Amino acid sequence: MDENLKRTPLHQSHLALKARMVPFGGWDMPVQYTGVIQEHQAVREHAGMFDVSHMGEFRFKGPDALNFLQGITPNDVSKLKPGRAQYNMLPSNQGGLIDDIYIYCIQPDEYLMVVNASNIDKDFAHIQSLLKGDLEFSNESDQWGLIAVQGPKAEEILQPHIDTDLGKKKKNSVFFAQLLGFNVMLARTGYTGEDGFEVFIKAEQAPQIWEKLLELGITPAGLGARDTLRLEAGFPLYGHEFNDTLTPLATHYGWVIKDKDFYGKAALTGQPTLRKLVGLTLEKVPAREGYPVKAAGEVVGMVTSGTLSPSLKKPIAMAYVDVAALDQNLTVEVRGKDAAAQVVELPFLSK
Amino acid sequence: METPIELKYARTHEWVRTEDDVITVGITDYAQDQLGDVVYVELPELGREVSIGEGVAVVESVKTASDIYSPATGVIVEVNEALGDSPEQVNESPYEGGWLFKVRITDLSDELVDAQEYEQYME
Repeated sequence: MDENLKRTPLHQSHLALKARMVPFGGWDMPVQYTGVIQEHQAVREHAGMFDVSHMGEFRFKGPDALNFLQGITPNDVSKLKPGRAQYNMLPSNQGGLIDDIYIYCIQPDEYLMVVNASNIDKDFAHIQSLLKGDLEFSNESDQWGLIAVQGPKAEEILQPHIDTDLGKKKKNSVFFAQLLGFNVMLARTGYTGEDGFEVFIKAEQAPQIWEKLLELGITPAGLGARDTLRLEAGFPLYGHEFNDTLTPLATHYGWVIKDKDFYGKAALTGQPTLRKLVGLTLEKVPAREGYPVKAAGEVVGMVTSGTLSPSLKKPIAMAYVDVAALDQNLTVEVRGKDAAAQVVELPFLSK
Repeated sequence: METPIELKYARTHEWVRTEDDVITVGITDYAQDQLGDVVYVELPELGREVSIGEGVAVVESVKTASDIYSPATGVIVEVNEALGDSPEQVNESPYEGGWLFKVRITDLSDELVDAQEYEQYME
């Protein structure tokens, strides 16, 4: 193993479960425990849990916190009430994104931002460079363990072990609770297309609660299943569907950009959208990231993510494709051969 | 991990079963375990002439596509068509039902090793 890789507080827990560990964005992470397809099905049909402690947490606290966040993100943070979470973005000044993020409003004048693991340092430097007003800004990434419990049975399994009526907590709620004897913050959010909760816990307590969640019959799931689940749900992944130069206006996430002033707005909204992010399905052979998309033999796009969907049992992919080519017959070039592809609405799987 | 002693192995994780001048090729138990759930197998065309070290098949798991290299020079004389409908055979039965292709050989790689050496290499 590469000694330079970072470890989450649950690293030993993964080794104990004999997980296959892989480098991911600078972290040594479990890609699977028993098998991607079995873990995927557990999340779709019952409940699974993911170690997402590698993700970053930044806190913004002070009278100017709202105004500052409003100025660096395109979604309307003023609509975010205490106890609620909002999907948002950090635009670059090149028309793309520094990152895509979640913002949680803890209380008036206090917000927690969750960022992608591989972008923690970049995001922190970016925000620091724009910082102004009366607020404290801190990086709490090392202090938190984060476990995503996802699946149709998530609420039913957790309810007997928590001091809160989960039925009253709608999607995107954020609240503090006692779960399995631990003080945690829960968010009814996730990245699988299923109902579920993201459990924020002190880093040093993460292995103990992980153990108790295992005892409740929740299936540990790795990055492999996380990727097939998010792809079926049509969720973009930073570094694949988003990056510093790809505009979110070309995706089905253009709704995030509201009519307000924010850093990077001119670059983000000023460019024509010549390519669009679409969903593709293929007959048999999986299309992978980087494969060319063609129309009448000409390259008109590029696959950004692709796999065989365990739920639909056929290859699915996301790709950027020239808008002008979208009404033509498309193919994906797989190892020198063209495979027919159909453009479909995202998400591939709606729950 | 299972490593049958009657087979020969390539460092690229193919196994080879020799019968006269025809070899059967598949991927090892170790390789299928590393790959995870196999969801698609691309096999070579019958009659294709192949060379030692040439990528002739592709085994795809949920996550990734992996090339399978020919351990021999020769002609493809048979492929495991059954994998079209049941690629999971590569996981479930890597040395039997999960075989990939057969080559009538004119030359065999001199870098193939026996089971013991392959297992040592795995450690």
